[in-house]
Amino acid sequence: MMAKLCTLSEAISSYVHDGDTLYLAGFTHLIPFAAGHEIIRQGRKNLVLARATPDLIYDQMAAAGCARKIIFSYMGNPGVGSLKVLRRLVESGRLEWEEYSHFGMITRLQAGASGLPFLPMNPTAASSLEQANPNYRRVTDPYSGCEVVVLPPLHPDVAVVHVQRADANGNAHIWGIIGEQKEAAFAAKHVIVTAEEIVPEEVIRSDPNRTLIPEFIVDAVCHVPHCAHPSYTQGYYDRDNELYLKWDEISETDEGVQAYLQEWVYGVKDREAYWARLGAEVHARLQVAPRPSLPVDYGEY
Amino acid sequence: MDSITWTASELMTINAARLLRDGDVVFVGVGLPNLACNLARRTHAPNLYMIYEAGVIGARPNRLPLSIGDPTLVSGAAAVCSMYDIFTLYLQRGNVDVGFLGGAQIDRYGNINATVIGAYDHPKVRLPGSGGSMEISAWANRSYIITPHQKRRFPERVDFYTSAGFLGGKGERQAACVRGGGPQAVVTNLGILEPDADGELTLAALHPGATVEAARENTGWPLKVAAELRTTPAPTAEELRILREELDPQGIYLK
Repeated sequence: MMAKLCTLSEAISSYVHDGDTLYLAGFTHLIPFAAGHEIIRQGRKNLVLARATPDLIYDQMAAAGCARKIIFSYMGNPGVGSLKVLRRLVESGRLEWEEYSHFGMITRLQAGASGLPFLPMNPTAASSLEQANPNYRRVTDPYSGCEVVVLPPLHPDVAVVHVQRADANGNAHIWGIIGEQKEAAFAAKHVIVTAEEIVPEEVIRSDPNRTLIPEFIVDAVCHVPHCAHPSYTQGYYDRDNELYLKWDEISETDEGVQAYLQEWVYGVKDREAYWARLGAEVHARLQVAPRPSLPVDYGEY
Repeated sequence: MDSITWTASELMTINAARLLRDGDVVFVGVGLPNLACNLARRTHAPNLYMIYEAGVIGARPNRLPLSIGDPTLVSGAAAVCSMYDIFTLYLQRGNVDVGFLGGAQIDRYGNINATVIGAYDHPKVRLPGSGGSMEISAWANRSYIITPHQKRRFPERVDFYTSAGFLGGKGERQAACVRGGGPQAVVTNLGILEPDADGELTLAALHPGATVEAARENTGWPLKVAAELRTTPAPTAEELRILREELDPQGIYLK
């Protein structure tokens, strides 16, 4: 049996298989790009890629031929425009898709994380998506007699969650935008945690309210600094908006995308090499000044 | 003193800001809605409460947020919660006064399409999709739409109901059992459309210099004009100064 604390390459190789449903978590924040790149390098195929916002990472994984299907709720380049690779694949009928609103997507994860057969939501009157996606159903509320909209759970085969710090067993602290990380982790069959820092257990236990993910649902823990670039890690480095803008040009053509993958995915061994290749200027641009929280006192009991 | 000039984006942002009331809890998006909220907070609505679908509550961004989950929204915010919490405890529960929406198409009854042009299964143009807008337009007490006034953006009927306005008329929305009041105003570069008693968007106000003819020409249905057509007050020097010097000095959104 592989040790829990392992390299990202070992974790992907052990837990991510062809045909799996993946959820690389993180709403704008903490998107585990390094994991997506490692999956591309290992040549996984026929994956079902689920994320509320597919973001650049699923554009890249789809371009690399990893994906059979995409599950999403907002298929845009946040703050920029459209995700052109996915858009081309969908418009030309080369990629299956399954679509929700953000709330629908998150509700599926919440149901999965809670062990429920479905979860209700109030109706929205916007019926087109309900008609287009048969997973949306209506049931009668047994108490009021009114109709509610329901969705089934989502149980990804693997969730990858990037965090600021974790201990070697996988107890993970996250701060900043916490999106759907906890729900994705509890909903999934296997969980890979990537962390900016691996810290001693005492650090985690000094602030238990900040632990979103407990060790016993975690299969692998990987130390991957700068894993989230070009998204960000709150307090560690900023979002690389320039790259998000540049991706709009790069993804204009398939050739542009393949050249990017050659240089930044196939052309580097791991995230450390990727980060080094970005160079000092980018490192400096993404640096953030400290703004620590005031510590809380849990008391000695 | 020579006359003040402004761009279409500035005009729309300023008029959207004026729709906000002090103390409103606003579900904010990036771009012009974010600028409108921050402008309102610096002028007539200092107690405006900004919440973001990424789960940030009471944000006070120090810099212009460039994405819906920009880290500047978190630092100094009152609270951060999960996405499930923001959509349930805040939005579904009825704790949001105002939501801002946009989309490729807005129809006669304020329904929005941000999903697809053409058939859903064989899209001619695939747009990003709902994100949070399906539930925001259903459950916020009031929703506002900011959009350029162009005929292709204002069809008689949308191809796809990404988010509901008044469906085919106010009665239909009421029958659908959604809690929010629906779209209250569409702010364009020509004026402001508001729903009439039946929920049909009608021309309620023109910006200085804009004409009824221009509004009609750029609308895809026979646009009714309100009995008492208003003229919006011109942007003030102070509103323009705040936008240009404090909120978007690089002109990222206010081109």
